[in-house]
Amino acid sequence: MTFFIAALAWLADPAHYSGPGNIPSRLLEHLGFTLVTLVFASAIAIPAGYYIGHTGRGRRLAILVTGALRALPTLGLLTLVALWVGIGLDAPYVALTILAIPPILAGAYTGFEAIDRTTIDAATAMGMSGGQVVRKVEVPLGLPLLIGGLRSATLQVIATATLAAYIADVGLGRYLFEGLKTRNYDEMLGGSILVILLALVLEGLFAGATRLALRMVPPATGLLPELTR
Amino acid sequence: MNWVWVNLDVVAGRTLDHLVLTVPPIILTFLIAVPLGTIARRYRATRGVILTAGGLLYAIPSLPLFIVLPAIVGTSTRSPLNLIIALTLYGVALMVRVVADALASVDHGVRQSAIGVGFSPGSVFWRVDLPLAGPVLLAGMRVVAVSTVSLATVGAVIGVQGLGSLFTDGFQRGIQEEIIAGIVATVLLALVFDQALVGLGRLLMPWQRAQAPSALTHRRHPA
Repeated sequence: MTFFIAALAWLADPAHYSGPGNIPSRLLEHLGFTLVTLVFASAIAIPAGYYIGHTGRGRRLAILVTGALRALPTLGLLTLVALWVGIGLDAPYVALTILAIPPILAGAYTGFEAIDRTTIDAATAMGMSGGQVVRKVEVPLGLPLLIGGLRSATLQVIATATLAAYIADVGLGRYLFEGLKTRNYDEMLGGSILVILLALVLEGLFAGATRLALRMVPPATGLLPELTR
Repeated sequence: MNWVWVNLDVVAGRTLDHLVLTVPPIILTFLIAVPLGTIARRYRATRGVILTAGGLLYAIPSLPLFIVLPAIVGTSTRSPLNLIIALTLYGVALMVRVVADALASVDHGVRQSAIGVGFSPGSVFWRVDLPLAGPVLLAGMRVVAVSTVSLATVGAVIGVQGLGSLFTDGFQRGIQEEIIAGIVATVLLALVFDQALVGLGRLLMPWQRAQAPSALTHRRHPA
C-alpha cells in the first residue's frame, strides 16, 4: 500500500503540472499520438475492409494477415522501425499504424459479413444499386462491429504508445522509462496508473458507443447475436 | 544474417528463457479459466462481475501492469515470476469469456438426455459439457498462446530476459539482424505453440477431425 501512497503523492505533486514534460502535456501528447495513428490506420483499413466485406474478395488474405500480425511482437517492430528510420517520432507513427490496421480491418469486414444475406437480397430486390446497398444497409448495420474493431485498435495503440517512449521522447511512457533509469519507483508507478486510467476511460467510452450503435440497429435485420456482443 | 550464425547460442538461450516465461502462464490460464468460466455460466449473479472484470483487466496495457503488479503482490519488477503472473492474468481475462460462452453453447437437449440416462452432475460436466465445449476452448487457447508469446517480449524493457532482450540489445547496439532474429524467433515460437495445441486437440478430440474451423482463430484449419 505504501507504494501506492507514494505514487499518489507523486501524481498530486504540483511540480509535475508545470514546466517541461508536465503531466497534462504528456497526457495530451499520448492522446494526440493515439488519435493520429488511429486516423491513419482507419484511412487504410476501413475502405479495404469494406471492399473485402462487400465483394468477399481477398478475405483469405485478410484473415492470414490479421492472424500473422497477432503474433508479431510490438517491441520488435518498434525497435526495428526505429533503426530503419532513425530515432524520432516517425518510427512510432509507422509502427503503431501497422499494428492498428488488423483489428480495424477485421471489424470492417466482419461487420459486413455479420449481416443476414436475406437483408441484403431484399435491398437489392427493392432496386438498390451496389453503392446504395453499401451506404444504406451494410455500413449502418456493420457499425457495431466496426466500433468493436476500433476499440481493440485504440487499446492496442494506447499500450504500444507507452512502449514507444523506449525509442522516442513521447507520451506518458516517458515517466515509466525515466523512473526505470533513475530507479524512481514512485514515478514509474504514478505514470503506470495514468496510462491504466486512460485505457480504462477509453474502454468505457467505446463500450458506451457500441451500445449506442447497437440500439440504432433495427432488431429485425438479423445481425448474428454472437457477433455483436 | 552473419550475426545469427555467430550468436546462435544467444538466440537459443533467450528462446529457453522465453519458454520459462510463457509455458507456465498458458497452462495456468487453462487451469484457472475453466473453473472460473464454469462458475460464471452456472451462477447468473457472478457472470456480470467475472466477465466485466476480465474485460477491464484485458484493457490494461502490458508495461504498466508489469510495473503495478509488484506493488500489489510483492514480487520484484525484474523477476520472471512478475511476468508469469501478469501473463496469466491476461490469459485468464481473455479465456473466462470463451469458457462461459463455450459451455453455454452446449445443446440443452444433449445435457438433459445425459441427466435422463443417469449421469451425475459431475459426469455431465466432465463427459458432456467439457468435450462438447472442447473445440471452442481449443480455439481460445490458441489465441492465448500466440498472444502470450508475443506479450512476453515486452518484459525485456523492465529487465526480464527473454526473446525481447534481442530487441532491446539489438536496438541499443544498432544491430538490425538481432532484432529481426528476435521477431522471427518469436513468431516461430508462437507458431510452434499453436500447432502443438492443434495436435493436442486432435489427440484429445479425435471426433473433431472432420469439422469446420472455428471463427475464433481467424486461421485456416488444416482439416
